[in-house]
Amino acid sequence: MKLSALHQSYLNRRSNSFRGPAVDASADGGMKSPAAVFWLALHGLCCLISLVLGFRFSRLVFFLLFSTSATNLYTAPFRPATEVSDVSVSHLSTPVANQALPVNKTTPRVVVGRHGIRIRPWPHPNPVEVMKAHRIIERVQREQRAQFGVKNPRTLIAVTPTYVRTFQTLHLTGVMHSLMLVPYDLVWIVVEAGGTSNETASLIAKSGLRTIHVGYKERMPSSWADRHRLEAKMRLHALKIVREEKLDGIVMFADDSNMHSMELFDEIQNVKWVGALSVGILAHSNNADESSVSAAEKEADNPPIPVQGPACNSSNKLVGWHTFNSLPYVEKSANYIDDWGTVLPRKFEWAGFVVNSRLLWKDYDEKPEWMKDLALVDGVDDMESPLVLMKDTSVVEPLGRCGRQVMLWWLRVEARSDSKFPPGWVIDPPLEITVPSKRTPWPDAPPELPSIDKSISVQEQMVAVKRPPKTRSSRSKRSSRSKRKHEARTVETQVSAKQTEQN
Amino acid sequence: MPLKIWALVFCSAGDVLEDDPVGRLKVFVYELPSKYNKKILQKDPRCLTHMFAAEIFMHRFLLSSPVRTLNPEEADWFYTPVYTTCDLTPNGLPLPFKSPRMMRSAIQLISSNWPYWNRTEGADHFFVVPHDFGACFHYQEEKAIERGILSLLQRATLVQTFGQRNHVCLKEGSITIPPYAPPQKMQTHLIPEKTPRSIFVYFRGLFYDVGNDPEGGYYARGARAAVWENFKDNPLFDISTEHPTTYYEDMQRAVFCLCPLGWAPWSPRLVEAVIFGCIPVIIADDIVLPFADAIPWEEIGVFVDEKDVPNLDTILTSIPVEVILRKQRLLANPSMKQAMLFPQPAQPGDAFHQVLNGLARKLPHDRVAVYLKPGQKILNWTAGPVGDLKPW
Repeated sequence: MKLSALHQSYLNRRSNSFRGPAVDASADGGMKSPAAVFWLALHGLCCLISLVLGFRFSRLVFFLLFSTSATNLYTAPFRPATEVSDVSVSHLSTPVANQALPVNKTTPRVVVGRHGIRIRPWPHPNPVEVMKAHRIIERVQREQRAQFGVKNPRTLIAVTPTYVRTFQTLHLTGVMHSLMLVPYDLVWIVVEAGGTSNETASLIAKSGLRTIHVGYKERMPSSWADRHRLEAKMRLHALKIVREEKLDGIVMFADDSNMHSMELFDEIQNVKWVGALSVGILAHSNNADESSVSAAEKEADNPPIPVQGPACNSSNKLVGWHTFNSLPYVEKSANYIDDWGTVLPRKFEWAGFVVNSRLLWKDYDEKPEWMKDLALVDGVDDMESPLVLMKDTSVVEPLGRCGRQVMLWWLRVEARSDSKFPPGWVIDPPLEITVPSKRTPWPDAPPELPSIDKSISVQEQMVAVKRPPKTRSSRSKRSSRSKRKHEARTVETQVSAKQTEQN
Repeated sequence: MPLKIWALVFCSAGDVLEDDPVGRLKVFVYELPSKYNKKILQKDPRCLTHMFAAEIFMHRFLLSSPVRTLNPEEADWFYTPVYTTCDLTPNGLPLPFKSPRMMRSAIQLISSNWPYWNRTEGADHFFVVPHDFGACFHYQEEKAIERGILSLLQRATLVQTFGQRNHVCLKEGSITIPPYAPPQKMQTHLIPEKTPRSIFVYFRGLFYDVGNDPEGGYYARGARAAVWENFKDNPLFDISTEHPTTYYEDMQRAVFCLCPLGWAPWSPRLVEAVIFGCIPVIIADDIVLPFADAIPWEEIGVFVDEKDVPNLDTILTSIPVEVILRKQRLLANPSMKQAMLFPQPAQPGDAFHQVLNGLARKLPHDRVAVYLKPGQKILNWTAGPVGDLKPW
């Protein structure tokens, strides 16, 4: 009988009812003593009173009785019974615990029973400590890199051809931030078409990296084919600088509109002489309307993003190259820089190769025979990739798990040739221009006001219904509130956009 | 890091861990009828994967270990294979109600069939009792304290996971072992070591045991609830009750892993933290950690008093970086990780060997204390609650 009762109480451990120790102790030995009877009666009385009142008042009683121990007392808002309450009382209740303490041992420091939940008066993060924690994390990561990362990292030499145009800041900032995050030593060679300019200089000065800013006498032409050719020449110019200054490290080609991932910089440290990487080609088209249908058809046949890079056989040896299939895009390709068509890459892109800078030096004893001297390729017109510098291209090392990992993406996007942008992207003096609206007089009554309210209230309702079950109550409340605001804002902008379209 | 300093750091932490117990002791394994071990396991094979599985694997290890001897006259230690933690509820939790009777029945068997128990009244016998409060055989602390350690095991050496100083259920001379954690499962979730550790503090588990202690204050002595209330908004603390599939991977991306007490002070989180190189933050007053005489826990982990939980962020951020890096280096020691595991088949330096090392360190037996004079009786065979005396 007794055993099954205890068994039952154990099974209830995983259900909602809690057989407290008071019940267990009293059920255990029957009526043991008047003290046990007294506590049982008191417990029963308290239960009845709680039933009447609707909440467990015993804590309140103890709170009032023992409020002299105020030093340890922390208060917190009394939450309704449905949520987990965090009213904390700092002393020990349940006298049964005292009964259970062994008599013949010294009272242990740790006592069994109900303890208070200690909450400090301001349970929020301290910004100074958060910063300290971040510094700790930084140091730990640096140590990890030193132990498990690349041993003896070589200097990175990044070569970027650029020229001043609308999107230069956009592209160059992207590359700059990627290079600033590289944990190794870096030299950034920026070659500018049309000579060095203050704009570019001020932009790259913000990086804090060691930069070599040189100008190239020709101006950037307006057709893509010519632009690719000039960029190749500019890169060769940079390689000549590497040769003259005898810079030691790994040369990579960071075109200003490309996107680089951080794993790329770790991976190219593995190159010995010349390495090849897989480049994802983001050959987008500006024609959203007409090509969207045909593009959808094409997506069914072609892989989602074409990748250009080394091709390996099963034993991870280089056997060939994957290149961009430009046939589907031939009609819609862009010829001029601000065309709406797709900008196509060439058969090889410089960005997909890395070269050990020692191969470019003039008198380097250990230079392998398959590397041509830089001076020999001076007159060659069109150089697609560093492969022109090699007599034997089979020695190229495929990087990134034999080209299976894509760590950089190629993209060419430029603004219209007549686009105007403020120099340095700084509007100074601030704008105070009154421009007449296209439609005068401006209509007096603000249109469609009721629909705005309706759409907002609909959004609110949807947000309220969709609120997910709370594991962290305050956080979800915060996010749903901001979601509501965001919905309202987007509705407003949509309405105003509709208005301008009408005008 | 230079090789010399690497070796110095490792060697200083690893000597005792790498002791080889073979040749230093001999263990005799009693042949109990299968109703004490095999049949129980057959009834419920879940016993092989839960955190109390150490008792079963210890038996299997000893059966095929070189320290085993078939001649009881030359044995230093005697092992009784009785699986007391294998009577499981449908949910998988062990019921301890029959365990005292089972243990008593086993001891009665060995004392009547072999003379070795009566010779010492169990002082050279050891038992594996991995339940919540060890040989007190109850999951609730107050009841466990009331029962105390089973009177028949008073003189025996207990190998248990529970350890708390000045507690009734921890006997002098017990060997504390880690709870069982599945080694293969943890191996399959390893991520590359160069993955940067970006989480500052990590914890997944209950803060309030809503089923048994809805208001909090009982469960974990209020410590887990205090962690939640103080740090749920703190971006440095990645703590929640959800159980993600990437639990092991996340631990490898964290600098500190919280190991607070629950209903009992020990938890498998400690083992997981050591395996995954995450510095364990132990919040359990007076806890005795596994193999404390072989593993320098003070140097590997961070100990925080339960009363200091509201200041946990201050405590952790004020640890000097060099100390943190040193703890991580010590944790990376493979012998440390090996000592926490119960691999099958057994490997040198693992938890089985640490238990044997612990037993070997207690040798030679003190002639006066261990061996009884003829006719001398110390144990009271009728002590304990009446229910325990019923035959099993």
